[in-house]
Amino acid sequence: MLEHYLSLAMKATFVENMALAYFLGMCSFLAVSRKVETAIGLGIAVIFVLTVTTPLNQLLYVTLLKPGSLAWLGLGDVDLSFLSFLTLIGTIAATVQIVEMTLDRYVPALYNALGVFLPLIAVNCAILGASLFMAERDYTLGEATVFGLGSGIGWALAIVALAAVREKLKYNNVPEPLRGLGLTFMVVGLMSVGFMAFSGIQL
Amino acid sequence: MKPLLDLHDKVAPLFEKGGKLEKLYPLWEAHDTAMFTPSDVTRTAPHVRDGLDNKRLMITVVVALVPCILFALYNTGYQALSAIAQGAAPLDDWRMALWQLAGMGYDATHPVHCVMFGALYFLPVLATVFAAGALVEVGGAIMRGHEVNEGFLVTGMLLPLTLPPTIPLWMVGLGMAFGLIFGKEIFGGVGMNFLNPALTARAFLFFAYPAFMSGDTPWIAANFAGVDSFTGATWLAQAAANHGALEAASWSDAFYGFEAGSMGETSAFCALLGLAVLLVTRIGSWQTVSGVVVGTFVISFLLNSVDSATNPMFAVPFHWHVVLGGWMFGMVFMATDPVSSAFTGKGRFWYGLGIGSLVVLIRVVNPAYPEGMMLAILFMNMFAPLIDHFVVRANINRRLARVGA
Repeated sequence: MLEHYLSLAMKATFVENMALAYFLGMCSFLAVSRKVETAIGLGIAVIFVLTVTTPLNQLLYVTLLKPGSLAWLGLGDVDLSFLSFLTLIGTIAATVQIVEMTLDRYVPALYNALGVFLPLIAVNCAILGASLFMAERDYTLGEATVFGLGSGIGWALAIVALAAVREKLKYNNVPEPLRGLGLTFMVVGLMSVGFMAFSGIQL
Repeated sequence: MKPLLDLHDKVAPLFEKGGKLEKLYPLWEAHDTAMFTPSDVTRTAPHVRDGLDNKRLMITVVVALVPCILFALYNTGYQALSAIAQGAAPLDDWRMALWQLAGMGYDATHPVHCVMFGALYFLPVLATVFAAGALVEVGGAIMRGHEVNEGFLVTGMLLPLTLPPTIPLWMVGLGMAFGLIFGKEIFGGVGMNFLNPALTARAFLFFAYPAFMSGDTPWIAANFAGVDSFTGATWLAQAAANHGALEAASWSDAFYGFEAGSMGETSAFCALLGLAVLLVTRIGSWQTVSGVVVGTFVISFLLNSVDSATNPMFAVPFHWHVVLGGWMFGMVFMATDPVSSAFTGKGRFWYGLGIGSLVVLIRVVNPAYPEGMMLAILFMNMFAPLIDHFVVRANINRRLARVGA
């Protein structure tokens, strides 16, 4: 059992890396990767939110949204899966808001450290992506938690590495048309070639 | 030399600012500094007096590569000729037509024949790489107005050595151009890239044309169709396929390089000669090298003790890992690349450790690739700046604690 969870986490982190294999969460991935310190902050926030929202959405999905899941209400033939997008993203936004307020009230130090990143990742597609993968692959509650954690770590690893590379490239004499985002896109592409070291691993 | 110098001084204004051929200045500059010591002096600080400039550094690496290149010439021919002696057919291409036209036989025991046969495959690849490299480098220099840098010579020496002998030449040129443009030029040129350009080129070819870069056929320049006794697979691929494949193989053959593989990677011995040159001149970092060795040793030892009934690669011991595939070549010439590795001493050790562990993990755990050196190095290239970041941070924190601020 432990082995199963471990291989799921490894797969989510390296083989199916959210940022560099699926290219999800690109907007904040590219925008907030200028400095390593901020990238670490955003990375931790993403790990946190993914680990919380994926199992939460799993519960919602299994009890309300999945075709046939309303049988416990006597409504076995009602299919609410068309509401998936709305519900999943609603949950994410609401969770992030509640977490943000709770942190602000009880753990101000962590709140200050995460700062603007918490509301920012409410709209990060890596978060919604993880929930949708969870729904598509029929994960159990335990699997969803491990998957969320693994995906979060993978995404954080990728953005921190990208930030370090961008810091290294900061003073480069880059050709005029490529300065800024253009070069960053190419760096991300080359990085995903490096991550192909793990593609094909069967766990 | 005097008349030549006069001639030089006479045509020089043509290429300088305002001259007719101003655009070609980078070409002129490369030629001029290769022929004569430039008269430029630094007028403001810092003044660095050091014999080791970029040119000499690059040339030292090329010197360190010489044993590998010579052995590549011999082994490419030796492998093909002995395969043909065992019943494989010669390839049907222009090189073989040339070989037959010259009336040469297929005698693997004749070293000169082996070298000539190897040259027939290695030299066209080398020439293509240099042609494509020079085109990109000079083009880039003219467009961007920087000087032609010798870096592409090293990239151009490294890339052919990592390619199989049967690779089509147009792919070689395309790969080299990709490696130089996307591995180096877009970042602003020499010293500004974060991936090794030669490995970027190889990775591009590896993923774009897998049929020509991996599998059983490309490693030996002969045609095995209809020959059962001979597979042409590299020893790493054989070790991954069968239990005990390595027991039948000779370790010293693998160490000296008498095996199938990319043209220049097979000989661990020749790479070690290169390593000696790089370590003595301090161009290769001993931290990186020791990191790679320790990482490979630890992980292969761990996997040996786990062992697996279904995957024979688990049982491959350390002393085989280091002589098979591109391990030694990659460690000596690719991992030590000062630009794409970590910059700090401690960081280099961790960077090497990452490469050493990853290469074993990819070889053993990932069934998609028999060899993992290229991807392990590229992966760690990507994390080298991050390692540096933490090493520097740790140092700052230590010093802050010491002064008690």
